[in-house]
Amino acid sequence: MTVTQDQFTRAMLDPGAAIPAGLANPDGRPATRRFDVYRNNVAVSLTEALEQAFPVIRKLVGETNFRVLAGVYLRQHPPASPLMMHYGQEMPGFLARFEPVQSLGYLPDVARLELALRASYHATDSRGVDPARLQSLPPDALMASVLHLAPSLRLVRSDWPIHGIWRFNMDPGAPRPEPRAEDVLILRPEFDPTPSLLSPGGGVFVARLQAGDTLSGAHDAALDAAPGFDLAPLLGHLIAAGAITGLTEGDLP
Amino acid sequence: MLDATPFDRLPHAPGVGYKPQHYADILRDPAPVEWLEIHAENYMGDGGRPIAQLRHLSERFPISVHGVGLSIGGEGRLDADHLARLKHLMDWLKPASFSEHLAWSTHDSHFLNDLLPLPYTVQTLSRVASHIEQVQDTLGRRMLLENPSTYLAFEESDWSEVGFLAEIARRTGCGLLLDVNNVFVSATNQQTDPVSYIDAFPHAAVGEIHLGGHDEDEDETGAPLLIDSHGAEVVDPVWALYTHTIAVGGEKPTLIEWDTDVPEWPVLAAEAARAAQVLEPLAEPVA
Repeated sequence: MTVTQDQFTRAMLDPGAAIPAGLANPDGRPATRRFDVYRNNVAVSLTEALEQAFPVIRKLVGETNFRVLAGVYLRQHPPASPLMMHYGQEMPGFLARFEPVQSLGYLPDVARLELALRASYHATDSRGVDPARLQSLPPDALMASVLHLAPSLRLVRSDWPIHGIWRFNMDPGAPRPEPRAEDVLILRPEFDPTPSLLSPGGGVFVARLQAGDTLSGAHDAALDAAPGFDLAPLLGHLIAAGAITGLTEGDLP
Repeated sequence: MLDATPFDRLPHAPGVGYKPQHYADILRDPAPVEWLEIHAENYMGDGGRPIAQLRHLSERFPISVHGVGLSIGGEGRLDADHLARLKHLMDWLKPASFSEHLAWSTHDSHFLNDLLPLPYTVQTLSRVASHIEQVQDTLGRRMLLENPSTYLAFEESDWSEVGFLAEIARRTGCGLLLDVNNVFVSATNQQTDPVSYIDAFPHAAVGEIHLGGHDEDEDETGAPLLIDSHGAEVVDPVWALYTHTIAVGGEKPTLIEWDTDVPEWPVLAAEAARAAQVLEPLAEPVA
């Protein structure tokens, strides 16, 4: 009796499926508990990968609920690649649809934040541009330039207080989250991705820079969104963290 | 190039599976550990701390790259993207050794993150051999193939595991990675004799030995069922089997694998020291 890997895989991902015939105990009887070792290994190893990827989601729903949730997720979304550092990309959409967590509307965006932190951790290394180069430009020329951003920079925008929720669960002394929309900027000065809360207008500003807009274009868009937007501290923060790796000087108006 | 890199082969000494939490300990005082093994897939990101640590460690230690995701025993073709990622890692790291498993983990583009068993038949033998030839051709080097831990048997198997591995090594020229804990686990689970397995093994092809811990369970009939967990110390019967293996096959680079519930560095170093004690009497024979 030939056992195909298709049969093996189906039986492994579906605990209710029959164990393929042709797998035996040493006494020749059909394997049952022994097949479950493989089933269990697969479920446990993928659950652990998800626990590592989503520590805050795990705290928010509780360890036991997270294991149940992971068990459903891993059967709907088995990994598409052997790189566990990428596993869990469908979690935000899964959480948006998973019926038992429908009352926790912020979970999908918190999952997006956790995925962004992990992606930043593994992103290509880069060096920040020499601040002297930026200072040497006339202000008009700087404002007409397009900034090159570090590959490890990530922006996560949300209608929920995702930065506050993240901090409250990761940092024992953090204040309770406030009910508001929050945009989070992730920078990686060396190896540790660090999320920070953007002031109003900051999310629009960084999104426009990511889209390749000039500094003045991004600044104008931020002022439209939030008239009190202050460019200098955010630009200083980006430069200090090495998040601007170069620039393309534009034509002066 | 002044000299060939001094780290182009694994020493006949203890190594450990590298865990990032031991980075500072290893740089401070690695003894008796002389080389490190990494899981290839953990170092296939674009950058960041994992790659930086590996680059630094590779300047101090011979590195063994151990793949867990190539699915060499898979029915389908090897994943070309994954093989390309592996080649990229091997090209910049230039490690002392590359090894993978006699197992499968990917089916129909689903990766199951476990080392799954395959039947030992003439069909699977030719498929595994052609996958190994493809890997060796792509990487431009010889690889080692590791014997698995198994929990059940395929009725269709008509080769012994040792005969199967020996024939693959003969056909492809690949070397073998002899995991002594896996031999003990599989022999217990299959109710066969681990010493006979070691005695029949083609030791000339062995380029590395693995030692690790396992969990004890039983099947629905009450028969012992050992689970390869890499989450505990190597047990005494496995040390005895290792001592026998070295006596029969000679000294080999020997790795302590500890992947779950990873202990503090001194616990791991003590396991490596125990392996060194088995290796050393042969290195310095008493006159």
